[in-house]
Amino acid sequence: MAQSVLYDVQGPRARRRVLIGSVVGALVVLALLALVVGRLAANDQFAGELYRPFFEEPDLWRRIGEGLQNTLKAAVIALGLALVLGTLLAFGRLSTVRWLRWIASTIIEFFRGVPLLLLILFFFLAFPIVFKVDLPPLWALVFGLTLYNGAVIAEIIRAGVNSLPRGQTEAALAVGLTRTQVLMQVLLPQAVRIMLPALVSQLVVLLKDTSLGFVISFEELLRTGGQIVQVLNNPLQVYLLIALIYILINLSLSRLASYLEGRQRRTYGGAVPSAQAVESGMGQAGPQGP
Amino acid sequence: MDTVFGNLDVFAEAFARTLSLTLFAAVGALILGTLIAAMRVSPVPPLRWLGALYVQAVRNTPLTVVFTFVVFGLPEVDVKLPFYRFAVLALTLYTAAFVAEAVRSGINSVATGQAEASRSVGMTFMQTLRLVILPQAFANIIPPLASVFIALLKNTSIASAFGVFEGIQGMNQLINDDGSAVIAIILTAAICYLGLALGLAALFNQLERRVRAS
Repeated sequence: MAQSVLYDVQGPRARRRVLIGSVVGALVVLALLALVVGRLAANDQFAGELYRPFFEEPDLWRRIGEGLQNTLKAAVIALGLALVLGTLLAFGRLSTVRWLRWIASTIIEFFRGVPLLLLILFFFLAFPIVFKVDLPPLWALVFGLTLYNGAVIAEIIRAGVNSLPRGQTEAALAVGLTRTQVLMQVLLPQAVRIMLPALVSQLVVLLKDTSLGFVISFEELLRTGGQIVQVLNNPLQVYLLIALIYILINLSLSRLASYLEGRQRRTYGGAVPSAQAVESGMGQAGPQGP
Repeated sequence: MDTVFGNLDVFAEAFARTLSLTLFAAVGALILGTLIAAMRVSPVPPLRWLGALYVQAVRNTPLTVVFTFVVFGLPEVDVKLPFYRFAVLALTLYTAAFVAEAVRSGINSVATGQAEASRSVGMTFMQTLRLVILPQAFANIIPPLASVFIALLKNTSIASAFGVFEGIQGMNQLINDDGSAVIAIILTAAICYLGLALGLAALFNQLERRVRAS
């Protein structure tokens, strides 16, 4: 256990103190819980009719299913496009041509530095006016997500490539591969394998961010929940269900990421750059960040 | 372009609100987050569990859902505040989970020999933490904390969807007034966000240099 280094193995007196602390801590937690429950009860939040629809209305579950489907659809399309964009941007940043490097890093820093909502609103508000084409909300959301996550994925891939031993590039060049071949056939496959945990963590961020679709009236999970609330008038119950759905999916993905990281560490002997190491200066708090 | 330069005061007012949201939420998240991190490394199991539960639940929930809970859920239990305070509360609750992780990883980054040495000279848990670990952890906490707060700055934009006037709402208002200048308006807003983010990053760099020097 990591934290046990902070204190000694407990003797009888310390154990008693910890026991007292545990009881007091548990009491504080229980008191908080009682406060919340009391508040909920005082406002009739336990009334049966607020929960009955979950058991009696198949339409509620059908609507939530549709919302979830739209959320997943947006996430999958955006992930695919972001992987392509991210790879291209990473190539630009790793290029030997100076102006290409410069352009790629400007694009990456720009899209990582502005709020995602601003990018989505750009496609939702500006695109129709400038190009005279109305983008459906799904695509405004997907394009916004693609730009932001593409920039982050580019940084992840770059960190992966930079973590490879220099000998890989040197050997590949020595046997006569071109720079592009070296990148495509030697470095990229290894980098993606090394950075797979970070990419999965970024998928969690992407999935969470699809909920911004509700701002531009895209009927994803959260907006569907809002529509249900307008009919049934039980916001706490419905939004709790929606939060639980997000937590369940994201927790599974986070578990997958740490499983992959653990396997990675066994294979590569701990030399794997962590997800946090990707982040420098601006942008999110790691691919697992807010 | 005229719309942008004619309305610089709107931008200034809007982004002053963005900045104030960021600052209030940052202070709140720093306090709550440090508390949660302390709970997570404490020898008292129930506190450890509560801290872990909070971090796991909040980190895996979209900020928009946290906002929805605060803005539409709290009034159900008779907690009614102005939208601006709701927004600060939602941002604080969300960011605290990430602050807690940054602080905890900072504590874990201090070499184990330091804690072992403190214990072997007979320091208690609190003394070890306060006199040896935290002063060293602080320098390691600053870079991830900077990322968290820059993310917070960008996240304040979500408050625009919950009735708070800030950068994005200012932008939307100007676009409503003059749709033809939409590109210039969005670009200006983007530059404002980038400027604030760069300023924040520079501030934290300065802080880190000073902490490391001392």
